Amino acid sequence: MSKRRVVITGMGMLSPVGNDVQSSWDAIKAGRSGIGMIDRFDASGYNTRIGGSVKDLDISQYLSTKDARKLDAFIHYGLIAAQQAVDDSGLEQYDALDRDRVGVAIGSGIGGLEFIEKSVIQMEKSGPRKVSPFFVPASVINMVSGNTAIRFGYRGPNISIVTACTTGTHNIGYAARTIAYGDADVMLAGGSEMATTRTGVAAFSAARALSTRNDDPEKASRPWDRDRDGFVLSDGSGVLVLEDLEHARNRGATIYGEVIGFGMSDDAFHITAPPESGEGAARSMQNAIRDAGLDPEAVDYINAHGTSTQVGDVAEVKAVRSVFGTHSEKLAMSSTKSMTGHLLGAAGAVEAIFSVLALREGILPPTINLDNPDEGCDLDLVPNECRKADLQVALSNSFGFGGTNGTLIFRRYED
Amino acid sequence: MSTVEERVKKIVCEQLGVKESEVQNTSSFVEDLGADSLDTVELVMALEEEFETEIPDEEAEKLGTVQDAIDYIVAHT
Repeated sequence: MSKRRVVITGMGMLSPVGNDVQSSWDAIKAGRSGIGMIDRFDASGYNTRIGGSVKDLDISQYLSTKDARKLDAFIHYGLIAAQQAVDDSGLEQYDALDRDRVGVAIGSGIGGLEFIEKSVIQMEKSGPRKVSPFFVPASVINMVSGNTAIRFGYRGPNISIVTACTTGTHNIGYAARTIAYGDADVMLAGGSEMATTRTGVAAFSAARALSTRNDDPEKASRPWDRDRDGFVLSDGSGVLVLEDLEHARNRGATIYGEVIGFGMSDDAFHITAPPESGEGAARSMQNAIRDAGLDPEAVDYINAHGTSTQVGDVAEVKAVRSVFGTHSEKLAMSSTKSMTGHLLGAAGAVEAIFSVLALREGILPPTINLDNPDEGCDLDLVPNECRKADLQVALSNSFGFGGTNGTLIFRRYED
Repeated sequence: MSTVEERVKKIVCEQLGVKESEVQNTSSFVEDLGADSLDTVELVMALEEEFETEIPDEEAEKLGTVQDAIDYIVAHT
């Protein structure tokens, strides 16, 4: 069976650096950090008081007050990115759209934590009769895909893959295969997250995963820098419209890029830490390269997982060296998390969008705060300022708790 | 101090996302104000909270209109 080609025809995003794709991408190109003090709750007693929030969002543009009240914020964010992506794609203006052939694969790493917290507190205070009937549909993860389907009437495959920080990447990869395999013509795919809640920050903090650079938040996310001290927890969402190439051509859609490879693996090593060798990450990249039918030398740019943790950052460099050999000296790799922080289940989705835009515009996004590259972090990490480059192929990595890894490969699209 | 009627209508507006002008005493929560079964459960919870009372499930099921709710509150608080 020959695989159908899958292209990207729409994109939507909420991130700490912007409330849509264009403003976020402009911030990335300018090397602007979106990290600041957490103000969604009183974080004064916390070791970590910084995070990457979505700012100044007018939800009423997208959702009625009544609908918004019944949904956790992570579903708000997912629906908003989906709406932006659909608007961008022009799908709703295509009269021949067969909604049975349009599906949704949007996930979340954590889900409706804030709604869960409020419900538990309410039950403790006032008893079981005071638990909202909307508790379950507001907070379980697949309701982001379910609500997206209801909003647009998309009756095709509907799923939410949940793989911690690899969620966005896995949902996009799975959605691309759903189209390649002929099970759908169009898929909305990505991830959404709003985990900077009281327990979310407390828990990641207890796991010693978070930066505590509270006095200088914009400098806190510093992948590969020797003074890095953990990742910065961030919120947001990314949704891509993936489409069968012929379907996209038939309706005259704008094509932003092509998904050409998807790979997965697991470290089978530790619940939260990767092996220092990065061998699981390497296997994921190799699987994606094989799926794409590419020579590794064809890869020009890697949007790294690069979260700003001690072990993870170095392991990813080792993985890249083992996969690409001498070509690792020629390719460029950067971490846009240096600006956005770590959006967990949405990270792979916003980074897929940045990768596609990098190819489209021929611009390598920077790794900011890279003042002194740590020992072993000696690739071209695009320090501090974006650069122009002739780019054809980009690879995007995501790695998650449980040792789960995912890699996507995109190609610049030209008619 | 607002009357029971005013307070009930305010809660109905908040819970069901409808405008004050849409809410009549005869309005049915489901048929006129767009509530589904989960909305009505939450509406009853909000009324309980506002009026510091407990509405048993078998009574709550009978509250079909705004007037039903007003009558119940007046009789039981």
